[in-house]
Amino acid sequence: MKRIGFIAANTFREAVRDRVLYNLIAFALMMSGAAILVGQISIGIERLVVINLGLTAVSLFGVVIAIFIGIGLVSKEIDKRTLYTLLSRPVRRWEIIVGKFFGLAGTLVVNTFFMALGVFAALYYVSHHFQGSDGWVLVALYFIILQFLIITALSLLFSSFSSPLLAAVFAFALFVIGTFAEDLRGFAAMTKGITRWLATGAAYLVPNFSALNVISSVAHEQPVTTQLIVANTAYALVYASMALCGAVLIFEHRNLK
Amino acid sequence: MRPSRQITVVTSMLLVCLLTSSVLMLLRVDEARPAATLKEVLYISSPKVLKRLSLGYDGFLADVYWTRAVQYFGERLTKGSQHYDLLGPLLEITTTLDPRMMVAYEYGSNFLAPKPPLGAGQPHRAIALTEFGIRNNPGQWHLYYDLGFIYYMELKDYPHATQAFEDGAKMPNAHQIMRIMAAKMATNAGDIETARLMWLSTLQQTLDPNVKSNAVAHLNALDVDQTVTVLENLVGRYKEKTGHLPQSFSDMEAANLMTGVPVDPLGHTYKLMPDGRVEVRVPDDLPFIEKGTPYGYIAPVKPKMPQVN
Repeated sequence: MKRIGFIAANTFREAVRDRVLYNLIAFALMMSGAAILVGQISIGIERLVVINLGLTAVSLFGVVIAIFIGIGLVSKEIDKRTLYTLLSRPVRRWEIIVGKFFGLAGTLVVNTFFMALGVFAALYYVSHHFQGSDGWVLVALYFIILQFLIITALSLLFSSFSSPLLAAVFAFALFVIGTFAEDLRGFAAMTKGITRWLATGAAYLVPNFSALNVISSVAHEQPVTTQLIVANTAYALVYASMALCGAVLIFEHRNLK
Repeated sequence: MRPSRQITVVTSMLLVCLLTSSVLMLLRVDEARPAATLKEVLYISSPKVLKRLSLGYDGFLADVYWTRAVQYFGERLTKGSQHYDLLGPLLEITTTLDPRMMVAYEYGSNFLAPKPPLGAGQPHRAIALTEFGIRNNPGQWHLYYDLGFIYYMELKDYPHATQAFEDGAKMPNAHQIMRIMAAKMATNAGDIETARLMWLSTLQQTLDPNVKSNAVAHLNALDVDQTVTVLENLVGRYKEKTGHLPQSFSDMEAANLMTGVPVDPLGHTYKLMPDGRVEVRVPDDLPFIEKGTPYGYIAPVKPKMPQVN
């Protein structure tokens, strides 16, 4: 456990050294710009824009960071040959994968925390007060973090057996497919026989990101049910663990010579 | 100066010069193709395709399209345009991306329904937009009000307007104006008082200065139309009584037909014409009036709307 903690802390430090948190500056500029500008160029949607734009940016920035950092976590160690130094110590391969996962997940949580501060500051600027329904924005942010856990695990999975470029393509493709997960189920329902089984199987195999996206609902002050929060939490943890297991399994058997 | 510092200074200066040049060149490019940058373009017109392409971030995309619709409408309104070809598609995309965006239905129908240049002159499209809003936001009485408003004001379809107000009155938390409007529509739909009530309630409900200004302009116009009718009737009575037309309003006062010289909503006195007609002094300042204008009067293409706070 201690070894995983060290690897996670080093991964976090490395991400910060890679100037990942610089995206916060772009985010802050975007949020303040939107909060000030939208009131002048549109009608009646200041609050909507702050929530929609803020949460969309949090999500997209995070997904991009998760993919582009995630795919390099293993390959970079191999390219720089630091992995061999690490493995010569009493560290297991699975501990490296799990540690790196927690390190990147931690980076994304910290990143999201600062972005959330920005969203709430902009929200306060346009509304001049906070209201009860703003609490649902926190739920949307929580779902976005769950989304990051899945993407990070998938990036690690793909990077454990392919080149960084291919891993990025795979991870991004799966993110796009995952946003269409419910459509995929709809298509499956329209087919028959073996095609139906295959399509349904594919629909359940890809991560369902549409269920984790409640941005539009919370922007309209619509509550999120406790049942959905619990179900999404369980689903994201199970799916991320599954992808992480896959990554560990492949990395354990990978020939590093 | 050290060589590395020299390079830094030269490169920095070059960077600034090239940036300025690129802006100047772009201005030249714009001059060479003036229509291109302002051309009406809707690269993807299918709302469903856009919803798919949004990757689940449809709320943000809806905000972008709503802002685009507002900008498009505002720009054309300022120019006094007669064509608003992209407005309908922009609003349909906005509401498909975010069917709960109430502001897009409420303002969108107000943009679509009125005749140009104040709107797109597409009341049926405005009705379709509002009905889409009702289907996706059951319980929102405001949308029934907008629907009734379009049927009443733009189409003079009183039975459908009555139905819309009656349906809206059944909604929980519906404003009492819905019941009053439903009753008024059923009994005196064509009355000037019904129209006045409609514009007054619009004025009271809105926070938008443009909608307020429109409501005030219509209320002023109703006031003028009503006053001119009354004054011209009094002129007729004067003629019946004396056998000739009055020379001025003072003659009518002397005949005990009225007290004081009447003024229009802007504070100008009405003019009594030699043929017995009554006219306003500055018709351009009173858009939408149907009475009190000089013979052959053509209203300005871009109406002069009153300023409201």
